Amino acid sequence: MSLGVIMLVHTAFDRAEQMVRHWAAAACPVVVHVDSNVPDATYDAFMRSVADLADVRFCARHRCEWGTWGLVAASQEAATVLLEDFPDVQHAFLASGACLPLRSIADLIGYLKAQPDTDFIESATTADVPWTVGGLDRERFTLRFPFAWKKHRRLFDWFVKLQQILGYRRNIPEGIRPHMGSQWWCLTRQTLDAILQDPNRDTYDAYFRKVWIPDESYYQTLTRLHTRKVESRSLTLAKFDYQGKPHIFFDDHAELLQRSKSFVARKIWRDADQLYQMFPLPSDPLGAAEEPNSGAVDRVFSQAVERRTLGRAGLYMQSRYPSIDRQTNVAAAPYAVLQGLSDVFPDFQPWLTRQTGAQVHGHLFAKDRAHFADDSDVYRGGLSDNARLRDYNGKMFLTNLIWNGRDEHHCFQFGPADTQDICWTLAKDTNASIWVVSGAWSIPLFSSGRSASDIRAEAARLQRIEDKFLKVLRSPDARARINIMTLAQFIEAPMDVLQTIIDEIAGHRGNALKEVPKMADLTGLPDFLQDLKNQGMHPFLTGDITVGNTQAPKPISRRKPYVISTK
Amino acid sequence: MPKTGLWHAYRLRWKRRRFLFRIWRKRKELSLSTDRTAQISPDAILAFSTVRNEIVRLPHFLAYYRKLGINHFLFVDNGSDDGTAAFLAEQPDVSLWTTTHSYRLSRFGMDWLGWLQWQYGNKHWCLTVDADELLTYPECENRDLRALTSWLDERGEASFGALLLELYPKGPLQSATYVPGDDPTKTLGWFDPDNYRNQVHPYYHNLWIQGGVRERVFFANEPARAPTLNKTPLVRWSWRYVYVSSTHQILPTRLHDVFDLEGDSKVSGALLHTKFLPIVGAKSAEELTRGQHFQNTALYQDYHRRLTENPDLWHEGSCRYEGPAQLVELGLMSKGRWV
Repeated sequence: MSLGVIMLVHTAFDRAEQMVRHWAAAACPVVVHVDSNVPDATYDAFMRSVADLADVRFCARHRCEWGTWGLVAASQEAATVLLEDFPDVQHAFLASGACLPLRSIADLIGYLKAQPDTDFIESATTADVPWTVGGLDRERFTLRFPFAWKKHRRLFDWFVKLQQILGYRRNIPEGIRPHMGSQWWCLTRQTLDAILQDPNRDTYDAYFRKVWIPDESYYQTLTRLHTRKVESRSLTLAKFDYQGKPHIFFDDHAELLQRSKSFVARKIWRDADQLYQMFPLPSDPLGAAEEPNSGAVDRVFSQAVERRTLGRAGLYMQSRYPSIDRQTNVAAAPYAVLQGLSDVFPDFQPWLTRQTGAQVHGHLFAKDRAHFADDSDVYRGGLSDNARLRDYNGKMFLTNLIWNGRDEHHCFQFGPADTQDICWTLAKDTNASIWVVSGAWSIPLFSSGRSASDIRAEAARLQRIEDKFLKVLRSPDARARINIMTLAQFIEAPMDVLQTIIDEIAGHRGNALKEVPKMADLTGLPDFLQDLKNQGMHPFLTGDITVGNTQAPKPISRRKPYVISTK
Repeated sequence: MPKTGLWHAYRLRWKRRRFLFRIWRKRKELSLSTDRTAQISPDAILAFSTVRNEIVRLPHFLAYYRKLGINHFLFVDNGSDDGTAAFLAEQPDVSLWTTTHSYRLSRFGMDWLGWLQWQYGNKHWCLTVDADELLTYPECENRDLRALTSWLDERGEASFGALLLELYPKGPLQSATYVPGDDPTKTLGWFDPDNYRNQVHPYYHNLWIQGGVRERVFFANEPARAPTLNKTPLVRWSWRYVYVSSTHQILPTRLHDVFDLEGDSKVSGALLHTKFLPIVGAKSAEELTRGQHFQNTALYQDYHRRLTENPDLWHEGSCRYEGPAQLVELGLMSKGRWV
């Protein structure tokens, strides 16, 4: 009988009874504290239910409200009874009705016997550890908190603020240095006795009575005064989310709990029958000395937190709808927007697919329909090619497409003949990589064989639209990776640009270009453009196209000699 | 731009009061058939539903929700003639009201259910679903509704959102087979994984989701009319609350706070929609003559007509339904902080 248990209970009495029996079966005396808010009838029934157990005591009841002194008073009361009634107890373990022993209690007793002088209590100074949520760490000890946080949140916050403005500070009693940590501890008889019998206890109690959440700091601070050896960790596995609320363990956590090798875990969901049946595990002589290892649990929970706060970018769904103005990533994965390239190279799409293995779409935002990579009516995820449906909410069309195919790199063609509503979304998305060969729209017009006077109006319209798009891309709000070049610049050295695009899309897998796409025949383009100018329509976005730079449809790159550009 | 400000809030408050008055005015359309409401304990989780000729779906519906942790069902039977009322009256945990008044004029049953919620729902967690909707949420095999609702209580959340996920069979609708009592997700094994469009509703501030198979097949040319898929089916009720249009919208609007605008994600679920069981053809044929569904019935005639023509909704990108974990992975529902 070396381990005694203090159990705080306020609800789920059937489970609490079960827990009392677990401890009692391992010959641990249990002192139970029941919240005084619990009706007497319930309390009496609970007492009767464990009346057959000899070493179970009930102590005087206090009102236990979260974050208040009552919880400390309750544990003091129970600890006093435990130490007086059970002189053999060497370690006292603070538990609640929702704390479930995971490993055999005999293992825990053995573990504590091996370290008879050690206090297991998580205890860190507030100055060093920024654990707390909501900004109150040091101030827990120096301000006053007359208003209940749960019931009068506003008043609480207001009063804290007032004290901060006035610069009010309470005096911390001499000799103590505030520490904080998990409220679930396991202390030696010697330490616990010293805390309870301390000549200054009245001073300390009076001070901590007005501290915010004293159950996380009272024992944690005072242990430091009396201990022979502190292990600053809790033997109770308890996880908190970033709001400081405890995570609850359900049946599906069984394997995780088992792997944690912790002695006790909380909070266990009261209807998690499977957990209550499975634990505590039978004593395992081989693993009895094994240290608890909550690493796996930590990882799972912190992964979940990370996934929640950082992960799943680009997903828009029922419970996640980040506003476009507050984020830089719109889509889930990087993608490329290519404007004008498919005009210069008529076979650009199949060529790029061969080179990179990416999903190369046609004009996704074409006026007639969305031209998906596989030219289907319904693309992955059930995305329809219907233009009306797409334009009803173009941004969601794009994010759906990328989210659903985020295992692959997506590229799509864009141009001034397409629906332009998506412009700002593209420009603001850091995942977008936008390549524009400006003025390339003149090539299909030129190839159509119609005269400059026929297509003058159309050329002017396309130029106006493209110019507007370029203005968007050049605005200070644009966050995408943007490369803009005129048609004239591009046809000077197209292979360099293509190589860069391919490297970017395919990453390290991008090889030197083996095959060069066939450029449209540009012979006569300068004359055509001059004709347009003569009509009064200056195609300024194309750059200076001369006979000289259109003469070599298969230009050879000089700067990158490894490029093989013969065909 | 979403409407905000004090004036808008004031108008919504009066709107809510008008709905409450309307619910109260329509209370006499209901007649009590089987009253077992004395069974309702203070912490009971309640389910509310309006049904009409649902004898095929109800056996599985009741079994499913009992297992999920519903303690008491409150049904309104709207003039069934297939034995639905008699079947429901026999169930030990069902209270039943009947009416033969217009479903459409009752705001698609919401006025009737509103009256029941006003009387019995206060302070209870209330699930409001149609007979063809099965609620699922992350880990729902291991965690029942009580686990979910106490967790929500602890966080001070009063509502829970779910996406209406439409299931359909592979092949023409009528050639699928379904035996009452079976799990309908076996017959309707497929869904569209990712063609849902979200926007914030400018008036009610709920997240307005449209998309899915019905839009893809029937409403592609009229996307604005496509069915709404966001729902807030599970609410910690107060007698002051009212549903506006089905369970898509609710007042007060703070109950729409089931999604996160900052990049976080809240916990959410999905309502598996079993509308496309083989009986859908017959139901649509009846609907063509009854005209009791949707606000503007004439506009939906074409939709019902096409449903009677036994279409095939399946396509190559359809996803086979495997369970809640799959929906979490696909991003159709989320665990949020409920790890």
